[in-house]
Amino acid sequence: MAKTIKKINEKIKRGKAVVVTAEEIIDLVKKRGMKRCAREVDVVTTATFGPMCSSGVFINFGHTKPKIKVGGGKVYLNDVPAYGGLAAVDLYLGASALPDDDPRNRVYPGEFRYGGGHVIEELVAGKDIRLKASGYGTDCYPKKELETKINIRDLDKAILYNPRNVYQNYNVAVNLSDRVIYTYMGVLQPRLGNANYCSAGQLSPLFNDPYYETIGIGTRIFLGGGIGYVAFSGTQHNPRVKRTSKGIPRSPAGTLALIGNLKKMSPKWLRGTSFTGYGATLTVGIGIPIPILNERILRFTAVEDSQIYAPVIDYSKAYPLGKETIIKEVSYAQLRSGSIRIRGKEVPTSSLSSYAKAREIANILKDWIRRKKFLLTEPVAPLP
Amino acid sequence: MVRKKRVVLTFPHSLVDKPITYHLVKDYGLVFNILKARVTPREEGRLVLEIEGERKNLNKGIKFLKDLGIRIEPLAQDIRWIEARCTHCGACIAICPTQAFTVDPKTRKVSFDKKKCIVCELCIKACPYRAMEIKF
Repeated sequence: MAKTIKKINEKIKRGKAVVVTAEEIIDLVKKRGMKRCAREVDVVTTATFGPMCSSGVFINFGHTKPKIKVGGGKVYLNDVPAYGGLAAVDLYLGASALPDDDPRNRVYPGEFRYGGGHVIEELVAGKDIRLKASGYGTDCYPKKELETKINIRDLDKAILYNPRNVYQNYNVAVNLSDRVIYTYMGVLQPRLGNANYCSAGQLSPLFNDPYYETIGIGTRIFLGGGIGYVAFSGTQHNPRVKRTSKGIPRSPAGTLALIGNLKKMSPKWLRGTSFTGYGATLTVGIGIPIPILNERILRFTAVEDSQIYAPVIDYSKAYPLGKETIIKEVSYAQLRSGSIRIRGKEVPTSSLSSYAKAREIANILKDWIRRKKFLLTEPVAPLP
Repeated sequence: MVRKKRVVLTFPHSLVDKPITYHLVKDYGLVFNILKARVTPREEGRLVLEIEGERKNLNKGIKFLKDLGIRIEPLAQDIRWIEARCTHCGACIAICPTQAFTVDPKTRKVSFDKKKCIVCELCIKACPYRAMEIKF
């Protein structure tokens, strides 16, 4: 009897669904075999927790008396500029926005201690946020200046909308030059001093569904500690890259645009983040369930770090110039071992995404499903 | 018995131009390694030292420094890992020259061993969550 999402949901409602994480499924398949697991397991939970710059929030802060039209004017949250080119009191705050008076890299390397991502973390944490706005005044919106405090509990709407998250695979960054460089992949020491990578590997959502057969537009997910949805394919989504014989992309490939109610999220899973010399951003916690509809889908979820490869790229020259020649391909198992060998040198490795936190999210999502708090969804439309 | 100590010395400005560490070698037979130094002319100087020597000599050397008016603090107080801010990503792991950070292979959680820290501050710039703090 073929499994369907509808049938799995019925099992979840009866409290009978078998749910395991993308990490647990690896050993389970080794122990019980593919066929038996495909029959017995209903859902595999995947997760990731890493810095994702293409993130931000839409806020509607409610009408003032008299009314103000921020569209065409300016708006700041805790001195961080937001985009107000929308209707009267709608705004969008991006994760990498910086206060106008932040010195940036004028004193190199800049610290970027406070930006859009940090405002989002504080907003979600329930702290008051200073809102400063100006408009040009119209007959129907006469007010020109506004200074007030907003708090998430009073907001009409606060929506996290991230145009690009959950990158399917990512580069391993190294520095071949003679000086320290400060990148979005962290601090890179000269002459192959270290190698930084950023993926949850075997736990990462799109490595477990490499051809997007279950994850599609409309898929319900764990987002920032609350419930979210896949809104669309993300910006730079590119499924047409080289893949391994098992279908795993060998370089950055698919991405997802995500949306969810910020009011139900938690600062634990939305963290303001500062990359020295690079900028501010937001670290986002995401968990995506994969319904085990057949053996093919299960096989994909059993992927392990040793079967996933990432390209090593020089961030001193090749990356900034847009000539990304691949120095070497390494597996996530090698990366997690603590060092990789590049050009005869043993190079220590660091992760920027937290595997420990990804594991925690995969377990939370598992728990939600087991406790009938989270049902699976059919995609409304597939991703390209 | 040979002992090893890591200390932070704070010099008042009156002592900044005096060759003090030289006496540690010559008069007390101590071996030292300068881990970090910051001298602000006409203000004060700070020196992170690893000092090694016979217990008796080590104590004498430290007394000599104290008598001169130098403030001595153990190094460990100077760097702080704020675990609540740490996401256990591991960005600090490869950048640390003394392997003061380790990832538990099972839990995948990061831990910080103060004893191995030489306060080079590389982790402070490398930590995206500002979980490492320095008081120097």
